[in-house]
Amino acid sequence: MASVNSRFTPENLETLMDVQTWTYLIVGATFLLYIGIAVWARAGSTTEFYVAGGGVHPIANGMATAADWMSAASFISMAGIISFAGYDGAVYLMGWTGGYVLLALLLAPYLRKFGKFTVPDFIGDRYYSNVARTVAVLCAIIVSFTYVAGQMRGVGLVFSRFLEVEINTGVYIGTVVVFFYAIMGGMKGITYTQVAQYCVLIFAYMVPAIFISLQMTDNIIPQLGFIADVNDGSGTALLDKLDQLHAELGFAEYTDGSKSMIDVFAITLALMAGTAGLPHVIVRFFTVPRVKDARISAGWALLFIAVLYTTAPAIAAFARTNLITTISDRPYTELPGWFSKWEETALVAWVDKNEDGRLQYAPGEAFMGGVDQQRADGARVPGPYGQALLNNAPTDNANEVYIDRDIMVLANPEIAGLPAWIIALVAAGGLAAALSTAAGLLLVISTAVSRDLMRKQIRPDMSEAEELWWARGGAAAAVIVAAYFGVNPPGFVAATVALAFGLAAASFFPAIVLGIFDKRMNRSGAISGMVVGIVLMFGYMAVYRLGWFVDAVPDAEHWWFGISPEGFGSVAMVVNLVVALVVSRLTAPPPEEVQDMVEVIRIPRGAGGASMH
Amino acid sequence: MAPPGDHRRYWRANLRYLAILLTIWFAVSFGCGILFVEPLNQYRIGGAELGFWFAQQGSIYAFVVLIFVYVYLMNRLDAEFGVGE
Repeated sequence: MASVNSRFTPENLETLMDVQTWTYLIVGATFLLYIGIAVWARAGSTTEFYVAGGGVHPIANGMATAADWMSAASFISMAGIISFAGYDGAVYLMGWTGGYVLLALLLAPYLRKFGKFTVPDFIGDRYYSNVARTVAVLCAIIVSFTYVAGQMRGVGLVFSRFLEVEINTGVYIGTVVVFFYAIMGGMKGITYTQVAQYCVLIFAYMVPAIFISLQMTDNIIPQLGFIADVNDGSGTALLDKLDQLHAELGFAEYTDGSKSMIDVFAITLALMAGTAGLPHVIVRFFTVPRVKDARISAGWALLFIAVLYTTAPAIAAFARTNLITTISDRPYTELPGWFSKWEETALVAWVDKNEDGRLQYAPGEAFMGGVDQQRADGARVPGPYGQALLNNAPTDNANEVYIDRDIMVLANPEIAGLPAWIIALVAAGGLAAALSTAAGLLLVISTAVSRDLMRKQIRPDMSEAEELWWARGGAAAAVIVAAYFGVNPPGFVAATVALAFGLAAASFFPAIVLGIFDKRMNRSGAISGMVVGIVLMFGYMAVYRLGWFVDAVPDAEHWWFGISPEGFGSVAMVVNLVVALVVSRLTAPPPEEVQDMVEVIRIPRGAGGASMH
Repeated sequence: MAPPGDHRRYWRANLRYLAILLTIWFAVSFGCGILFVEPLNQYRIGGAELGFWFAQQGSIYAFVVLIFVYVYLMNRLDAEFGVGE
């Protein structure tokens, strides 16, 4: 399985073998655990398959929701993004946590009382319309596929970096594992597996963070180390030191952003509303027994998420400081071993523009395009100091160094010189984060197929056993499509992830909130609002991110109100709200029984189990 | 089943809690973390500027507290109106 890799030089062979052995051990043990849980908790009925029988304890549900929510991107990429974006990274921190407040206060308790299985169920019943249901099903499937492809890719990346297998082999292994437990266990299997995965991923995230916080600030809690003084005897606060380092090298201050205030505002709002409108998050609140459990579940989920999300900015600041002090103006030959190790994966690179043998780190791209190493007979061509030579044309700024944001978490333990088992742990944590999210999304897709399409629209008279087979078949088909996208990632993945949040914010979120809080909201209002919101979001993304219908992708100065495509979901959401309110007031009120249903979901009493009909 | 008038009062009390809690939600994130980040940065919490700290730490702590306060308030309200389970 291991591919030949020139990284195995005799002198570091021993430590690398050690890391690899540890990785096989830890990753293998966690996989066995997940599969064991799936076998133990396999689903026997559709209720168990869709909502785990509706009997999951709120704390367990909170952990499962947290694991479901925190994807490969949260685990691997977020700290790195913050590390390079400084203050601007706050849009993700606030956006992906603040949404839970909206979810807990505006959606979760009422949807639990409503007592069906899916978001399209609610939209279809509340707006007494199969058109609305179908629009919701399509949105749910698009949003979930966008996400799941990224997860499979994440699984592949972790496998390739830590187990030395091809990325594609990694994707296949991940696919088989997810396939096995998502299809067998349904929501019940997934929920209990996710509880285990949360424990693995949070442990893997916290251990290196605590070690590095101790190293740099003598503080055992990273969140306190973040606002403490560095322990080099200077008495300078860590963040002040980082700002000074940035100033010396010509970067913008770390604690100041470069995005405009209105864009930061819009992106944060779009991510919050998008989070609250994502189908795979909402469905978690159908799995608890009572309305009050749905409320407290959201609290536990956010608490468990907040542990990672408040640690991420600390890791970001530690890693950034460590990185700059380690590499800036240092001779290549005196760099620690991790630099050349990650050079092998082409995630770091150095071009010696002024030929002084030292790394000059400054703002701007060091060279044109993505890293393209010179190779002869498959092996990289070493330069005068042993560095990997590049084919890329250098830029004319002073910067000589390229660092991929993703390595900030993955290489962190190595940079800090932590033992091999911790490095292996990080691999297992990244896999747990990717697998748990992928499984949750696959379930949404399979439910959309078996329940929202087959049961509700095509074959209402099928038996429960048949429906269960449709659900498993849907999950199987989805996992295969996801693996395909993992192996052949579409070039627009980054744009579509932003689109997923924008779409959820522009479509589901207003439709659900109005469905609960505005009794007068009717079918025409909700559908026209959703359609206008989706079209606006798609159109803006198509023109301003992908450059469709125009000659070139327009510059930032042409953005409407200075709002980027990532933040435009908040504008589309407001337009959706206004259109829905105006249209609903100009058309007939909803039927009596629908208005009664709204009254009923506002009162917790009598939620009962999630029902079939 | 409580009479309809009770349900209306229950719902109004619920909406009042939501208005208060969501105002705080907006204030700690969009307020302290974004709109007023510059003036707040003149103050410090430990080694961090206050506005920056709210954007990357404080708002998240506030979100967690807000949900647990909401749960407490609603459980009390459910009991008061006898609509709990």
